[in-house]
Amino acid sequence: MGFLDIDNTTKSYGALEVLHKVDISIEEGEFLVLVGPSGCGKSTLLNMIAGLEEITSGEIRIRGSLMNGVHPSRRNIAMVFQSYALYPNMTVAKNISFGLEMHGVPKAERDKAMADVSSLLQIEQLLGRKPGALSGGQRQRVAMGRALVRNPDVFLFDEPLSNLDAKLRVDMRTEIKKLHQKLGTTIVYVTHDQIEALTLSTRIAVMNGGYVQQLGTPQEIYDNPANLFVATFMGSPAMNVLPATISVQHGKPVACVALPDGTVVPLRLSQENLSAWEGKQILLGIRPETITDEDGADRNSKNVVNFTNRIIVTEPAGSDTFVTMSLGGKDVIARMRSDANVQPGNDFQFAVNMEKAVAFDPATEERIAS
Amino acid sequence: MADAMQDTAVRTSRTVRILIYLILLLFGLFYLLPLYVMLINSVKPLNEITGGGMMNLPQALTFAPWAKAWSSAQIGVDPTGLSPYFWNSIKVVVPAVVISTILGAINGYVLTKWRFKYDKILFGLMLFACFIPFQIVLIPMARMLGLMGIAGTTSGLALVHIVYGIGFTTLYFRNYYAVFPTELVRAAQIDGAGFFQIFWRILLPSSGPIAVVSIIWQFTNIWNDFLFGASFADATSQPMTVALNNLVQSSHGVKEYNVHFAGAIIAALPTLLVYVVAGRYFVRGLMAGSVKG
Ligand SMILES: Nc1ncnc2c1ncn2[C@@H]1O[C@H](COP(=O)(O)OP(=O)(O)O)[C@@H](O)[C@H]1O
Ligand SMILES: [Mg+2]
Repeated sequence: MGFLDIDNTTKSYGALEVLHKVDISIEEGEFLVLVGPSGCGKSTLLNMIAGLEEITSGEIRIRGSLMNGVHPSRRNIAMVFQSYALYPNMTVAKNISFGLEMHGVPKAERDKAMADVSSLLQIEQLLGRKPGALSGGQRQRVAMGRALVRNPDVFLFDEPLSNLDAKLRVDMRTEIKKLHQKLGTTIVYVTHDQIEALTLSTRIAVMNGGYVQQLGTPQEIYDNPANLFVATFMGSPAMNVLPATISVQHGKPVACVALPDGTVVPLRLSQENLSAWEGKQILLGIRPETITDEDGADRNSKNVVNFTNRIIVTEPAGSDTFVTMSLGGKDVIARMRSDANVQPGNDFQFAVNMEKAVAFDPATEERIAS
Repeated sequence: MADAMQDTAVRTSRTVRILIYLILLLFGLFYLLPLYVMLINSVKPLNEITGGGMMNLPQALTFAPWAKAWSSAQIGVDPTGLSPYFWNSIKVVVPAVVISTILGAINGYVLTKWRFKYDKILFGLMLFACFIPFQIVLIPMARMLGLMGIAGTTSGLALVHIVYGIGFTTLYFRNYYAVFPTELVRAAQIDGAGFFQIFWRILLPSSGPIAVVSIIWQFTNIWNDFLFGASFADATSQPMTVALNNLVQSSHGVKEYNVHFAGAIIAALPTLLVYVVAGRYFVRGLMAGSVKG
């Protein structure tokens, strides 16, 4: 049993089930990110942890005590909302101390707690202002202050950064991570942004259509996606997915993919059991950063395959250059060093680290386990 | 903003604009004419009116008609003036406005933030209350008031107006709170605030504009009501409007037009005052959307 247990939990609105048997357990101090496209049920799950939505079936426990039916204010949780939900008629100071006041904490203690939190978040100079007179980033801090001051068991964040502009979002992301490392609090964090998920979390639950598709550390999720959805949702640019036919050469499985000119490139696979798929088609998943020029190839890899292909488009992006080619009838993106000598229309010698390639069953879109 | 509006406004030539303003001025004067007639004739001796010349300014300025209308004119059988009835109206209007507005606010709060099964149907039924013609409820209402033992009292009349007003006030507050961010209520729930604490500390402080709308609407409607006042009040609890009617009807012999005019103005003064003081918030409240969180 963990610190926060979500046990076979489902949620239905009338006859419509929007969350299907969710099973997640995390330890104290973990940073769990629920990530998935809009409408997949992230907020619903978070609200069920908070007690704002009823649990249709299953159990949610915090520190071993059953939370089903417990009022939100008695779960010892705090929540930061996407809109920040600061009380517009109260000053920042009142906003932060309101929860303590409602919980009957004496004034002296409230003031002390507020002073601590506002110095931690550096919002002392804002205490007298109303939310309407704050910038987006300041509101964000105040909203976090309101959560922190309660010293809860679990922090819940619902897309807290999505209303900020790009630069501020990255800054606040770092700030939240720092805060987590400093305070060691347990956090459940909802986002649709896979980069936020990868950078912040100790564990990620990737959700789609009301199902948890995969639960794992960021590394596991990124390197070993359980299915095609997780593979393509996590990572930017997205993982390249192309059809390939398996053949066996010298006893080893090889993925054969067609170049635009009709020639077939044999990509030797590291996953031995794919020999069983001989003659059949798979979906081959290759991350953009594993396709490079020959010099950029991973020296530790035991399986780098070289092939020549025509460059269609190059997109310099500062530190990297993205190169698009056609492979197996799909546009495939490679991530090059910015100084790679790539020109659209030219043939280029690519190197692909096949150790990192993954294979999916085209029928089920599940990963073909090794 | 101003620049943008100038850019998009239809450009009109100077003469056209002058013409428009002239016409508007004319309409304005036309609308103000009755008030003018009432005002100047209420400060004239009666002979100046009966001698013709309704539109003339008074030759001998006198406030005696006002004093008489207020304190000694014949209303029905007693020469009491309008003053006791003015207080009757106050005794009906103030509690009726306050209570119907508070109930409307709570209804709006529940209907938007504490959704329950069939809440939409309930709201629909309450809306329906806005369209029930007064005449239909007269007799059942009289019976109810009789059963409750408050027939012919100002409290009874206040109750009638409260019941009739709830439909409107609920509609106002429901629509206002519908766009009030629900996340604020959720945040307050997590903070440990209860049902009334959320209402009192979070929603009400942001409800100024719609409260003004509700108060103005209720005040003018109840103050100006004649039918309920005439139907449910007795001689001692009649509101201002009914008393004014009696004043105009009951004068034996000469019709004291100057006193009637003064009485009519006194009867209209409170609603005028409310409009002058709070009228600009009325439009603002009707247009108000959400509260910025
Ligand atoms: N009150 C409700 N009634 C019916 N369906 C709802 C309700 N609230 C949410 N849903 C549905 O549940 C699904 C999950 O919603 P939500 O948790 O808000 O998604 P996310 O936060 O991942 O974008 C959506 O398909 C949404 O339409
Ligand atoms: Mg959401």
